[in-house]
Amino acid sequence: MELSGAEITIRCLQEEGVEHVFGYPGGSVLYIYDELSKQDKVKHVLVRHEQGAVHAADGYARSTDKVGVALVTSGPGVTNAVTGIATAYMDSIPLVIITGQVPTHAIGQDAFQECDTVGITRPCVKHNFLVKDVKDLALTMKKAFYIARTGRPGPVVVDIPKDVTSQTTEFVYPKSISMRSYNPVVKGHAGQIKKAVQLLARAKRPMIYVGGGTILGNASAELTQLTKMLGFPCTNTLMALGAYPATDKQFVGMLGMHGTYEANMAMQHCDVLLAVGARFDDRVIGNPKHFFEKSRTIIHIDIDPSSISKRVKVDVPIVGNVREVLQEMIKQVQGAKEKRDAEALKSWWSQIDLWRERDCLKYDHSSKIIKPQFVIEKLWELTKGDAFVTSDVGQHQMWAAQFYKFTKPRRWINSGGLGTMGFGLPSAMGVQMAHPKSPVACITGEASIQMCIQELSTCKQYHLPIKILCLNNRYMGMVRQWQEFFHGNRYAESYMDALPDFVRLAEAYGHVGIQVEKPGDVEGAIKEAFSRKKDLVFLNFITDQTENVFPMVPGGKGLSEMILV
Amino acid sequence: MRHIISVLLENEAGALSRVAGLFSARGYNIESLTVAPTEDASLSRMTIVTSGSDEVIEQITKQLNKLIEAVKVVDLSDGDHIERELMLVKVRAIGKDREEMKRMVDIFRGRIIDVTDKDYTIELTGTGTKLDAFLKAIDATAILETVRTGASGIGRGDRILKV
Repeated sequence: MELSGAEITIRCLQEEGVEHVFGYPGGSVLYIYDELSKQDKVKHVLVRHEQGAVHAADGYARSTDKVGVALVTSGPGVTNAVTGIATAYMDSIPLVIITGQVPTHAIGQDAFQECDTVGITRPCVKHNFLVKDVKDLALTMKKAFYIARTGRPGPVVVDIPKDVTSQTTEFVYPKSISMRSYNPVVKGHAGQIKKAVQLLARAKRPMIYVGGGTILGNASAELTQLTKMLGFPCTNTLMALGAYPATDKQFVGMLGMHGTYEANMAMQHCDVLLAVGARFDDRVIGNPKHFFEKSRTIIHIDIDPSSISKRVKVDVPIVGNVREVLQEMIKQVQGAKEKRDAEALKSWWSQIDLWRERDCLKYDHSSKIIKPQFVIEKLWELTKGDAFVTSDVGQHQMWAAQFYKFTKPRRWINSGGLGTMGFGLPSAMGVQMAHPKSPVACITGEASIQMCIQELSTCKQYHLPIKILCLNNRYMGMVRQWQEFFHGNRYAESYMDALPDFVRLAEAYGHVGIQVEKPGDVEGAIKEAFSRKKDLVFLNFITDQTENVFPMVPGGKGLSEMILV
Repeated sequence: MRHIISVLLENEAGALSRVAGLFSARGYNIESLTVAPTEDASLSRMTIVTSGSDEVIEQITKQLNKLIEAVKVVDLSDGDHIERELMLVKVRAIGKDREEMKRMVDIFRGRIIDVTDKDYTIELTGTGTKLDAFLKAIDATAILETVRTGASGIGRGDRILKV
């Protein structure tokens, strides 16, 4: 029996085990929506803006290890989705974005709601396809999911012209697939792994630096096991929080621009560095020249060869799946005859403990105004460190990263690479959809939340009981902080005048809003919010306007050149 | 340093724009780029002439390899190779200059492929430097038009790039 392109699209989603699709209908995708409505295996979540659809699919993917799926129409549907696609691309998140296109005969005619989707999205996708013939549709969908989830994951766009969705053909979904031009490496080179293990055994000041690839590669358990076996200090990047448990004594905190003093100092002064699924980006190691003023031997495990020796030259590259490489390393460490230098390690730890005593994350606990850090600490306490936490971008994001001690992978969902304000709320929707019974908190600011505030309406429609913690300091806080430090306190356009009454705004969308103005009310408000199991609660915390994120490595400076409290 | 990189690509619409886009997005130099289908119609072969430090060239080959449609990538400059470029030049050829121009074409082992009473169109192949040398050797004011293909390259001997 022949099926239409629209039916085939939906059947492919079913074959891939897709349960949720986040989308917004429009002219070019009407046949697909028609087919969606005729079945109930794949549930559609109607967002209020296409950016929200992609962020929601993204949050869904990050919190589950499944491929997130979004469905948008041609033209503005696609351009609205681009921010979401670029966000996922920068953080290597597996997504399949199905975009409607004008009929094949109208392509290139400047048709209504036409845009060059493949051209516009090309620089921010892992790959994209334009399906010109319905006979290619099923195979293309198979390839899209395969490419999105394998190797270094990433978003894949499938652009389907309207006439292709109405034409019919026999439906055969390929069981397996192989592509001569795409064969991601899985197993790490045995010789390199052996070399790495020897280097680690001889290290006097070792350091383990863990990036988001460890979470994407589901290697947290192996990473934790290896780190504990070795007894080495471990730091997580912003993207890797939760990969190694933050409550463990070997964890020295996040590193980078707003990393802890001890993590950054240890990075700078270590003699052997094991980088696991990380990419030495500018916000992590600061100025590479300064980084190389101290010499160290670097071992780098990554699935993407182009991540290796891109910003920092490494000594022992290991290309492969992080999990498999770590498993092999664990085996070899267990079997190693060579004794590690216990004396050297002990004195390295006492140096780190000295750095720790600097207590770089301290803040004023006696403040009469709510300190943003205090809100995050309370959230961590009251959720027992077990909530899914999404965030937007700015100071609140950094405080969340510093003060919420993540102990499990895939619990911390944020836009690290692209730094997309507006990511927090829609990604929380995806997370809540994937984990309907779990507490989901969205930590945001009054500036970020307004970039996708319309999604409060989606939350109402699908009864998503997200808890929004808005750290409202009436400033674009991170912009204000940079202006204070680097632009002579001239706060150009960073003050948000004419803010809405967020409590009434939440209520207008049919949710619960709570205003919190005193430190003494913080705990009660968070408790109340989480006790309302069925309600979305918007907590509007009026926080200290002058608070800054410390430590801070200013742009262009080296890791050990931190501004401290 | 100048490098000449060969890429075997799936012969699909948009593959060329992925390569061109990669170079512009990451700020890599591109001196010339040639592309055409191979004897296997499902594959295109591209020759890219670029320049950069060793680190940059390493990134360029890695990024090219990362393109989903790139089947094989080889830096021909890593070993012995041959490269050729084709140039067509239209020159003014009147009176006594006509004979002189013909002689220059012979010296450079070119061919005159179109003739009118006022001009010649010359076909010349060789390395880029040879083509440059020819243009220098003839009277610059006689040049009416030039078109060059950019370099194509191939490895020497048993250095073979094939799927």
